[in-house]
Amino acid sequence: MHDMTAHAAAHHAPPQGFIRKYVFSVDHKVIGIQYTTLGLVSAFIGMALSWAMRIHLAWPTASIPLLGLLSPNGAPGGVPTPEYYLSLMTMHGTIMAFFLLTAAPMAGFGNFMLPIHAGAADMAFPRLNMASFWVTFVGFVLACATFFIPDGPPLSGWTAYAPLSAVGSVAGPGQGWGQNLWGLSIALFCVASLLGALNFIVTTIDLRTKGMTLSRLPLATWAWFINAWVSLLAFAVLLPTCLLLVLDRLGGTSFFIPGGLVVNDKVLPHSGGSPLLFQHLFWFFGHPEVYIIILPAFGIVAHVMPTFTRKPLVGGWKVITYAMAAIGGLSFVVWGHHMFVSGMSPYMAMVFSVPTLIITIPSVIAVLVFAFSLYGANIRFTTPMLFCLGFISLFISGGIGGFFLAQPAVDSYLHATSFVVGHFHFTMGLSAVFAAFAGFYYWFPKMWGRMMNETLGKVHFWLSFVLVYCVFMTLHLMGLTGSVRRYSEFVADFMVPLMPTNRFITVAALLLGATQFIFFYNLLWSRFKGPKAPDNPWQATTLEWDTTSPPPFDNFGGRQMTVYHGPMEYDGDAFVMQTSTEKSIAGT
Amino acid sequence: MPGKVFAVVVAIVTLAIAYCVIAHVWWMPVDISVHGPNIDHQIEETLLGAGILFIAGQLVLAAFAFLYGDSKGARKMKSFPGGAKPLIIFAFVVVGIEILVLSFVGSKAWGSVYFTPPDPDSVRVDVQAGQFAFYFRYPGPDGKFGPLHPELISEGTQNFFGLDTDHDADSKDDIVTAQLAIPVNKPVLLTLHSKDMGHSFDVRELRVQQDFVPGIVIPIHFTATQTGRFEIVCTQLCGLGHYNMKAYIEIMSQTDFDNWLKQQAAMQ
Repeated sequence: MHDMTAHAAAHHAPPQGFIRKYVFSVDHKVIGIQYTTLGLVSAFIGMALSWAMRIHLAWPTASIPLLGLLSPNGAPGGVPTPEYYLSLMTMHGTIMAFFLLTAAPMAGFGNFMLPIHAGAADMAFPRLNMASFWVTFVGFVLACATFFIPDGPPLSGWTAYAPLSAVGSVAGPGQGWGQNLWGLSIALFCVASLLGALNFIVTTIDLRTKGMTLSRLPLATWAWFINAWVSLLAFAVLLPTCLLLVLDRLGGTSFFIPGGLVVNDKVLPHSGGSPLLFQHLFWFFGHPEVYIIILPAFGIVAHVMPTFTRKPLVGGWKVITYAMAAIGGLSFVVWGHHMFVSGMSPYMAMVFSVPTLIITIPSVIAVLVFAFSLYGANIRFTTPMLFCLGFISLFISGGIGGFFLAQPAVDSYLHATSFVVGHFHFTMGLSAVFAAFAGFYYWFPKMWGRMMNETLGKVHFWLSFVLVYCVFMTLHLMGLTGSVRRYSEFVADFMVPLMPTNRFITVAALLLGATQFIFFYNLLWSRFKGPKAPDNPWQATTLEWDTTSPPPFDNFGGRQMTVYHGPMEYDGDAFVMQTSTEKSIAGT
Repeated sequence: MPGKVFAVVVAIVTLAIAYCVIAHVWWMPVDISVHGPNIDHQIEETLLGAGILFIAGQLVLAAFAFLYGDSKGARKMKSFPGGAKPLIIFAFVVVGIEILVLSFVGSKAWGSVYFTPPDPDSVRVDVQAGQFAFYFRYPGPDGKFGPLHPELISEGTQNFFGLDTDHDADSKDDIVTAQLAIPVNKPVLLTLHSKDMGHSFDVRELRVQQDFVPGIVIPIHFTATQTGRFEIVCTQLCGLGHYNMKAYIEIMSQTDFDNWLKQQAAMQ
């Protein structure tokens, strides 16, 4: 059975013609690149939205001409209205959280690398794989379309709390078709994620080549595999949540809308629903979601680091894998920590606080494994390695914030302040992005067959690393004053004196954005002009380095790969490929 | 070389952050509530415990990056003595103790706000939140709040709570204001209603933040220890005017409060 499935998957013929090859391709590598490209486009859009927000926060009367062109109503004369500010914020969160952070590290790199890591010719269900990308793409188009409809994008945040998100355009501009499209867009994203998760799981279980036992699986693939299970359970809850939300809006139901709501002096025709139900459902998805974003980051770092420390991770494959699995499992019992001040029973707060603190134990173990794997190493400070080091530093900083927000008493002060904004940007935002950069610089030679420029890569790293701290640590510290998030202007008396801090953050954020152009330039230049990549430029051991750069259509040119070793057979300059019949040197 | 630069950068960043926290460059406003010191204590305890982990974590990372650059074969590879075991034990023991301490102390701080019943003699104030204002209601001489009728809520007639003063006897003497006033050193019980969206009642100095949820009434109680005027801000995204949704809380002596309430009653 096992062999037949692998055989069947390997047997779709090489595609002919541009459309089949590059657009509606069933090749996991093309789909991986499509997802990665979608992630890059999303990163650019999300970043541009954040610039507009930051400029407006620091200089509330400043005109942003391009914004005026995009939306003459939302930003008359280029100055965003308070509601358009919220729209920018909502779409920044939506595009970044879903279409960049969820899609790129898992569906982008995972699609490209997982079958190769397993020694397979493709994903288990190539057509499903193609469908999942194109469904994601339609979701992305719907999300972006909200900018071009008359009442603009929704303004209820990426969390879309009901009833603001549920009662329709009476709740404010953008709450009409903008919010409908948002609901449909995210529902499609859920469908695509579920299909993708199934594919990842089945491929990992079923299509591993001869000798590729689970203990020899590269750690990035372990992370994608664990993450696929988490995705399967989490998106299966967000999907109906989005559909119920859309039903409340268009079908006249009242899942999330209680009776007796009065907007503009009119009683709304709804009764019996519960806004807290929406919060529970959203965060039942939403908290695993932050781990869905960070687990692939752990995997990428665990995969990339040993190549440059030239030794296996402390504890081998087991400790980090068990830590990731523990994090994935625990992520389903902590969601209530988003709701300490929501009006949920205060006894429930204690119930959610304890597992939230407990989840720090496997997280700390993972960080310690990464940090102590540097001990006694011969570190090669390449760009991907620097981004791994940056990831560890950022994740420590972000993780520390978790100790505060996990406690109801502390959260009752810090909730909804910029401390929270700093915290989640460090953890699920920038840590994940740094790991993705590590993956990008590491796998670029394999994915596009050319080397990236190391000098530009390093400049990109140093500037990004320092500026990330300037932006997001300052947000943490400012949060100690109680500075409230999601305000389009600092008009509260106590927030007015924070303006200089605010401007500092904006300047740093704009510079951080500008720094990313070094990366975009490096990417484009290297794609066409970079030196040709050898098969194994980093002297790494896993199967992707055992084939050409880029790999042929069937990944290994008709070779049946047989695996004899784990993925971390490094000892200084010496290393043993997974397929090598030589003796093990690291005992992994 | 890059390892040494990385180490120096991480060390500088870490020390700069530690300085900002220790020197209170950005800090909480002075607390003015009875339960507040518990919360502040909890925040400071966390800053200390988590701060030590933060500094230790960053400095270990910096030290390793500093020490273990590529020696081009001059230095033999070493593994961390004992492998993963000491790391796992460290995580379970140190983080476990931290968790136990924080949960134990933290549950006391949380309990001091939420697990204690309100004082039966509390000053009771009903709070109505709506896009984008807060309104406050005192029960008047009869000590009873009249019932609410959503269909009667109207900005036009300034019936912010939906009171039916023609038919409900209890509503007749209710006092509705746009500002919250409370007596100092006296327990206060607020009951939070929202007429439309989710909102939040946040007074930083009181260390009180509680969401309004439409459809349910949420009680919150506290005792203020200082007189003065403080800002109430909305911290739950409620729509386009969210950033500007605020009111003031005036904490007064009992005499001033009684006089203020009389004045407000006369203005109804």
